[in-house]
Amino acid sequence: MQLFSRILNRRRRYDDLSVSIQEHIDERTDELMEEGMPRDEAERLARRDFGNVTLLRERSREVWQWRRLETLLMDLKHVCRRLGRSSGFAITVVLTLAIGIGANTAVFSVLNSVLLRPLPYPEPEQLVSLHLNAPGAPGLAEFRSELRLSASMYLTFAAHNRVFQSVGAWGPGTASITGIAQPEQVNTAQISGGVLETLNVPAFTGQWLTAADQDAHGLGRVMLSYGYWQRRFGGDPDVVGRTITVDSQSRVIAGVMPRGFKVVNYDFDLLVPLAFDPTHEILAGFAYRGIARLRPGVSLAEANADGARLLNVWMDSWTNPLGGDPHWYLRWRITPALQPLKETVVGSIHTVLWVVMGTIGVVMLIACTNVANLLLVRADARRQELAVRSALGAGRWRIARELLLESMTLGLLGGAAGVAVAYAGLRLLTRIGPGDLPRLNEISLDGRSVAFTLILSVVSGLLFGAIPALRYAPSRQRLTLLGATRTASASRERQRGSNVLVVAQVAMALVLLIGAVLMIRTFVAMRDVDPGFSEPASLQVMRLSIPETLVHDGTTAVRMQNSILDKLAAIPGVSSAGFAASVPMSGAEPNWDDIFPEGVTYKDGVAPLRLYNYVSPGYFHTAGTRLVAGRDFTWAEVYGVRPVGMVSEGLARELWGSPQAAIGKRFREWESMPWHEVVGVVEDVRENGVDQVSPATVYWTSMTGNPLVPEKLEARRTMYFAIRSNRAGTQAFINEMQQAVWGVNADLPVADISTMQDIYSDSMARTSFTLVMLAIAGAMAMALGILGIYGVISYAVSQRTREIGIRMALGAKRSELAWMFVRSALVLTGIGTAVGLGAAAGLMRLMQSLLFGISPLDPMTFTAVPVVLVAAAALASYLPARRSAAVDPVEALRAE
Amino acid sequence: MAKNPEHRGLFPGALEIMILQSLRLRPMHGYALVKHIKHVSDDLLQVEEGSLYPALQRMLKEGLLEAQAGISAKGRPTRIYRLTDAGIRHLESEVVSFERMFAGITRVLGVAGV
Repeated sequence: MQLFSRILNRRRRYDDLSVSIQEHIDERTDELMEEGMPRDEAERLARRDFGNVTLLRERSREVWQWRRLETLLMDLKHVCRRLGRSSGFAITVVLTLAIGIGANTAVFSVLNSVLLRPLPYPEPEQLVSLHLNAPGAPGLAEFRSELRLSASMYLTFAAHNRVFQSVGAWGPGTASITGIAQPEQVNTAQISGGVLETLNVPAFTGQWLTAADQDAHGLGRVMLSYGYWQRRFGGDPDVVGRTITVDSQSRVIAGVMPRGFKVVNYDFDLLVPLAFDPTHEILAGFAYRGIARLRPGVSLAEANADGARLLNVWMDSWTNPLGGDPHWYLRWRITPALQPLKETVVGSIHTVLWVVMGTIGVVMLIACTNVANLLLVRADARRQELAVRSALGAGRWRIARELLLESMTLGLLGGAAGVAVAYAGLRLLTRIGPGDLPRLNEISLDGRSVAFTLILSVVSGLLFGAIPALRYAPSRQRLTLLGATRTASASRERQRGSNVLVVAQVAMALVLLIGAVLMIRTFVAMRDVDPGFSEPASLQVMRLSIPETLVHDGTTAVRMQNSILDKLAAIPGVSSAGFAASVPMSGAEPNWDDIFPEGVTYKDGVAPLRLYNYVSPGYFHTAGTRLVAGRDFTWAEVYGVRPVGMVSEGLARELWGSPQAAIGKRFREWESMPWHEVVGVVEDVRENGVDQVSPATVYWTSMTGNPLVPEKLEARRTMYFAIRSNRAGTQAFINEMQQAVWGVNADLPVADISTMQDIYSDSMARTSFTLVMLAIAGAMAMALGILGIYGVISYAVSQRTREIGIRMALGAKRSELAWMFVRSALVLTGIGTAVGLGAAAGLMRLMQSLLFGISPLDPMTFTAVPVVLVAAAALASYLPARRSAAVDPVEALRAE
Repeated sequence: MAKNPEHRGLFPGALEIMILQSLRLRPMHGYALVKHIKHVSDDLLQVEEGSLYPALQRMLKEGLLEAQAGISAKGRPTRIYRLTDAGIRHLESEVVSFERMFAGITRVLGVAGV
């Protein structure tokens, strides 16, 4: 406001001044006329005596001005006027920058939201995940990067730790909800006491689960997620205290968690208490994820030390049901390796994000180089003007400032447009980004992103403005010389500047292209891997649970699964159907343990851990998993609980030398278990994705004996059903599947309906995302680089028309002249390629973890890409060079 | 600074004090000020227009003067400059310091003359 009134006030001052000066001159004129001078002579004399009116006025006005700011504004006005006059140039530059800055802001926003921003819990720096390593447990690494916690471990940690404010264990699960609408399978987070206290986010409405809810003998209450509350209860505030039927049991709703609340990175519908029973827990059962909140001032190292102590307490306090030495687990060498919770949430995605950020950053650099080149051409065209101004006394800084101001204005305009591009880009990114991108819902343009944009705009403005500014604001002597080069053939100064830019562009484009090609080769290599199933597009998958509360008896549950299979197989267009406890790449929590083959003794009794799967007859045939030797299970074996099993090819080779040799061999899990005979060997399956090793797998029938209660048969109750049909994926087919299931039991919800193709694509999502980003960046870089070469050669040709004319007049051949220009382009490309190859060799190592089946220094890529780039450069320079051949020597010489 | 005309012939502050003193007698417009100083000093002092107007603006900004719309002797619109209270106070303190400076200079010159 004050500024405003001051400016208004200033207007009046300026008027006052003008009136005063006018009157001053008039009065002097009058006086001179009174002395007898004629009017026009008197006026002239009065003005001459007074001096330079404009100058004086400016001097007087300056009193009222902030001089620096106002000259800056004046310069800015000039800049705007100049840009407005060459609007084509301005639009090109602003658009280039808008895309560059926008893309960078979008990627930065993702990076910021996922990697940099703290987790959305109070005092998140205190949160850790209880990661355990077990280097002495062979085989574990094939399907797990850590050893999870057992219930007894959690109870020990909770009771005896000295470093945590609170500690909790949790695991993802599913539950059937009936009685509201259609039966529905929801995602549950099963939590022990301490989980909510650790995360410390208050309930949105109602209250947290309490210790009473964790009583193993009661039926604890449950909590809803905000999303499920909205979806199923329409956000009804009276929901607290009502009951809901979870797995056929009525449970009271304790409260609703707020919007966006997740258990670590898991988006649940329902929080269900784990309700461990301390009197029955055993050492084993490594199924839970542990989280804890450190006491203030406790370091990770101190917490790890306490964890190591607690593991000894654990082995001292608990036993396993079949007896044995509780300290047997010393052989696994379990060590706590606690990590900040954020690391657990973010996982390995950071490599992808940093690579994409770096890639987009390089594209931005290339765009800046292009803009710098354009500005150089412009500044070159103003060379005379700048020289004149310099001769009239404009300082170096004054000229540099104006050039920089122009580039910064362009940068800021580009940045402003870039925010819009970023907003659109962000929506695109979150859509095409990998589905397993953590913290996806937290991604947004925040203050930090905007600050990033601003800094990027200013820095890029300075960056591409600095080159012309340094070139055209040199000392005065050189400037006068610059003005005198009017008749010279080409400005060497400018040409050299452009050349350096082209070399940089080619080098950067080469790096990006090599990255993109390596990703393409990775993708192809992954596609070529036999995943252990066939034609995923026609394989429909769904998950179905039969809770014990619905069907108590194991055999009945299996019969129910069997009749569901029969109904599914009867759907028109279905060729076969089967089920398994887990399908490849679905991310289902793996089941694992050790097996002891007959006649083999392991040192210290430590057998390697194997992945367990439970399959129905016909599952392998349906999935297209090849039977390498032997035969499939039969239903008679399932219902008869016959001691038979199947193994993966890799496991068969490891234990018995060959798949054929494995048939008829026997193994068991524990001593009192009957020996199981290997009846079949199937090909290796890439359970964790095509770029991961195939774990050694043991396949059991879906019903097994219980080591503790031999007369009780245990059925696997959560199964993935696989259905082979060319109608897979259509809505009509999904409806018929649902009807088939309900034809057996109307209370059975199906969940996770997808085709194997979707699961397969999801497992490659990171690779394809990185591939798409790098390919886009590489293509842009190549286009910009080629454009740069084209521009430089075109400019050189137009500047050297006279020279060409002279050469022609002296008898140079046209083709030789064209070659002269192409050659200069090839030299630049060659240097750029050499630099780029060096940089790529260094940088591609950073991408190692994203590559598969290919070396980061793949010789074919490192040869083919430069060849293509050089060929493209040759073409790009040939087009303008050809024009030199079309120069008419007479015209060219006359042109001056 | 050497190029700045306002310091040619006069030492810093001299022009201001003369303007203030002149305006204390009566409010005047720009040209009248020039004539007044020239006349009173018997043509010994010549005020340059190049210095006068920037100086007037500076003093306006500092609040020593105020400008009012008025009519010149010839009946044309002009701006009349008038001393403010702050201007009077400033003038008085300046006069004191000038007198002390002159006294000092005179003594030094007197010693040199012996």
